[in-house]
Amino acid sequence: MRIVGRGRVDRTITVPFTFDGRRFWGHEGDTLASALMANGVRMVGRSFKYHRPRGIFSAGSEEPSALVTIGHGTARTPNVRAPMQELYEGLSARSQNAWPSLSRDLLALNDLLAPFLGAGFYYKTFMWPRAFWERVYEPAIRRAAGPGALSGQADAARYDKAFAHCDVLVIGGGPSGLMAALVAGRAGSDVILAEEDRKFGGRLLAETEEVDGQPGPDWAAGVVAELTALPNVRLMPRTTVTGAYDQGTYAALERVGLHLAAPHPDAPLETFWRIVARRTVLAAGALERAIAFPDNDRPGIMQAGAVRAYLHRWGVAAGRNVTVFTNNDSGHRTARDLRAAGVDVAGVVDARPDAPDSADYPVFAAGHVVGTSGRHGLREIRVRHAGGQRQLATDCLAVSGGWNPSVHLACHMNARPVWHEGIAGFVAPDGAVPGMAAAGAARGLFSTAGCLADGAEAARAALADLGVTVTSVEVPRAEDGAYDIAPLWHVPGKGRAWLDYQNDVTVKDVEMAAHQNFASAEHMKRYTTQGMAPDQGKTSNVAALAVLAEATGRTIPQTGTTTYRPPYTPVSIAAMGAGGRGKGFAPERFTPSHAACVRRDAPMVEAGLWYRPSYFPLNGETSWRDSCDREVRMVRERVGICDVSTLGKIDVQGPDATAFLDLVYANTISTLRVGRVRYGIMLREDGHVMDDGTCARLGPHHYLVTTTTAAAGPVMRHMEFVHQCLAPRLDVRFIPVTEQWAQFAIAGPRSRDLLNALLDTSIDGQDFPFMACGAVGLMGVAGRLFRISFSGEHGYELAVPARFGAALFRQLLCLAEPFGGGPYGMEALNVLRIEKGFLTHAELDGRTTAFDLGLGRMVSPGKDCIGKAAARRPGLCGASREQLVGLKPVAPEGRLTPGAHLFAEGAQAVRVNDQGHVTSACHSPTLGHEIALAFLKDGRARHGRRMRSVDHLLGVETLCEVCDPVFFDPEGARARG
Amino acid sequence: MRITCPLCGARDRREFHYMGDAVYLDRPDPVAPAVAWDDYLHLRDNPAGETRDLWFHEAGCGAWLVVTRNTVSHDVLSVALADGIRGGAG
Repeated sequence: MRIVGRGRVDRTITVPFTFDGRRFWGHEGDTLASALMANGVRMVGRSFKYHRPRGIFSAGSEEPSALVTIGHGTARTPNVRAPMQELYEGLSARSQNAWPSLSRDLLALNDLLAPFLGAGFYYKTFMWPRAFWERVYEPAIRRAAGPGALSGQADAARYDKAFAHCDVLVIGGGPSGLMAALVAGRAGSDVILAEEDRKFGGRLLAETEEVDGQPGPDWAAGVVAELTALPNVRLMPRTTVTGAYDQGTYAALERVGLHLAAPHPDAPLETFWRIVARRTVLAAGALERAIAFPDNDRPGIMQAGAVRAYLHRWGVAAGRNVTVFTNNDSGHRTARDLRAAGVDVAGVVDARPDAPDSADYPVFAAGHVVGTSGRHGLREIRVRHAGGQRQLATDCLAVSGGWNPSVHLACHMNARPVWHEGIAGFVAPDGAVPGMAAAGAARGLFSTAGCLADGAEAARAALADLGVTVTSVEVPRAEDGAYDIAPLWHVPGKGRAWLDYQNDVTVKDVEMAAHQNFASAEHMKRYTTQGMAPDQGKTSNVAALAVLAEATGRTIPQTGTTTYRPPYTPVSIAAMGAGGRGKGFAPERFTPSHAACVRRDAPMVEAGLWYRPSYFPLNGETSWRDSCDREVRMVRERVGICDVSTLGKIDVQGPDATAFLDLVYANTISTLRVGRVRYGIMLREDGHVMDDGTCARLGPHHYLVTTTTAAAGPVMRHMEFVHQCLAPRLDVRFIPVTEQWAQFAIAGPRSRDLLNALLDTSIDGQDFPFMACGAVGLMGVAGRLFRISFSGEHGYELAVPARFGAALFRQLLCLAEPFGGGPYGMEALNVLRIEKGFLTHAELDGRTTAFDLGLGRMVSPGKDCIGKAAARRPGLCGASREQLVGLKPVAPEGRLTPGAHLFAEGAQAVRVNDQGHVTSACHSPTLGHEIALAFLKDGRARHGRRMRSVDHLLGVETLCEVCDPVFFDPEGARARG
Repeated sequence: MRITCPLCGARDRREFHYMGDAVYLDRPDPVAPAVAWDDYLHLRDNPAGETRDLWFHEAGCGAWLVVTRNTVSHDVLSVALADGIRGGAG
């Protein structure tokens, strides 16, 4: 119900919205909660476990009760806290946890079963039969319990992440935070002021405080105007700082578009910020806590401070006839303010025997609320007080159990808060987050004057740390009342008294946990689920600890708190993962020939982040095998072109380049002549093979090292490690040039003929023998030519600066055509190399040694190298090792599959009999049957023997013969020719 | 977490690649006994407190760094260029 002349919503603007399909109207400036209250809607949802009616409890992000679902379809968001949702035209909200309707919820039956559904109920009840848990119990429980549901469809909205840096981060824009930002901003520091609400002012917006003789909200607006004008201050409203991390890093969630009827299509709904601050002022304020008493969860029972907030900020009376239940002075403020606004106050129940009296409303000193009634909303409370018992008709009970400083962020780095007897609450520990200091209510100062002064002082101290001196700070005048509280956590008596409204945890549950010896705070939390809901028990945890302390005969500080962890409030996964969806998850790297390959309908396959052509289908070819076999024959008989730009290239230069490469390569590089290329392997220091590739000596002190596609980054990192960490005196420098050069394999008997049609100066076998390299010119472009072969054919790799790559690929294909040549893809490349027994990371899988691969002799005996000492260890060589072999089926049609395991002919195909496994297999069009590379125990001594290859996954079993891994042209005559 | 690279300044830890204990700097002699190599390659302390690690500023200047930090308090106590530490050897 709106109160005339109160609140700061704009009543000239009417905002229509719906709740559970019913149409309502609110005003500009309303939240969903204030608008529902203004329309007299009290019940907004059902509780998690017992499906009890739930109303609006708070006016902020601590809301434990009023969770609703906003929107439809892909834009549906469950578990939105009604006080956090700003009203916009056409907003559609639905209640949760009720079926078929909010007022007639069939699962409210659970409430009658409550005696059986206490803490630990799931653990105890659904034990047997064991198999029922997954199939029967869990699905049933999940249907009955649990808050709102996602749409199940992909969220089409935009989200973003962003980064910011500042000298001083001020968390919270209430009186303390505004003063802190003002002092730091005026001093010229880079300031970020983050405020969860849409408006700055904090409690000043919810009370009738005056600051410097002005109404609180006006003073706040004046400060905001000054801060806005300062170029060194960034104001971030609608931004909740959710986590404190190492070295001054903070996470924050900005609600950019959630309050708009039509969010800008290019703007995100939410932005996830990482803010790095040199100093931080935690001015997060305090949250009002409840008191547990029998049936204290009915709609209409809410925070006393929230009742004031709805009155002063939104002009809404939370009830027509309000009662207050308090253990401190602030409850009386609610009664006074309501009276002043013309709302009936049936009485103030004050737990303190010395409660202050009032002429305006009855005060029940030493009073407890011992019961309530009202099925869908509060109708009556029962009070026991110094003068006896009585019943009061009331539709709203404003409860204040005191205030808890918001210490969460100060405790995110594993610190525990400190008990403060004077306010009966925990305060932030000093120095728990380096660079952060709490100020104002977050530090347990509850007067406005105290907060203003403390915020200013916190900023002054932070600036002093940074070497900025602030001499005089003028603190505005404001209320400086004392805070008197007599702790009361729960009213003893029969009936269920709620602590955690969201997870339906009662006082009895916590007591039961204690009796069953779940006596530590962490155990109690997990046993009862206290504080484990999305609100994380912001209004209930301290009371639960107090109940636990009482039940275990300890004090509250002895009982201690649970661990505080980020996030402070729920953060959408979509915001945290912004930019990481679809293609954003893995950027695409395209080769210079990419467009041309796609134009030829080549299916592109991923190779790390790269995309490479699988094969190039021609008319009439019905399967990849047709195309692959043709491409293999084309390379063996004519000439093929393949883009190999993805292979890693590292340019190595310097007087000590040779010595350096001798150290990183297992084999010797120092004997390599200028203008020659050598195959090389690099070991890890633990003796296993890291990568293989070629090393070309372009000059006396200039090399080009190639790596496999996948290892380009790791090899570079490794070389930097060896240089900087192990051999920093070597005068050598290197840089990755993978992206700078486009490189194409030209392979096949006609490769030289093709090249001579392209190069400015033709080559022959004399000046370009096998494993030669050198500079070439083609059509005026300076390129490099390497006579190396991954196919076993007479072949070359031709490199040009990357910008000429696409043109060169086109030109190579044009020139190949008259020779009957053309492009070949990854499938053919793989077949060609398996036929030759060449290695890829299927064989270099990180567990194989040079010995295993038959490359033991490459580990040079004459010099040290990385991995040499470890490679000599017993166990990394010898007959017990699985060694690289070739396999061919005994029957010509026999199938070989990668991943199959090898067993002796008569042995059962079980693990203990495992003799090795197949790493690569293909159909060889050259040989007319399948072939495979495999690792087999003592394999090199077993050439000619028969083994069973068993693929348990595919159900393929093949008798095969062990052979040399080089199936084709073992002498290498074709590559040399 | 932030690491102050001596060349680039304070940077987010996502710019760095973590390798492990800075004991990797002390590579044994190639002919050292197997036990020395075993120690170097495989045996690591897991201290609750001060630790020296190697980090690579992979998305920055490419420097290998020795970062001394406290695994309990998460304080980064010092950051030095690995090649400066190893400057006398190799």
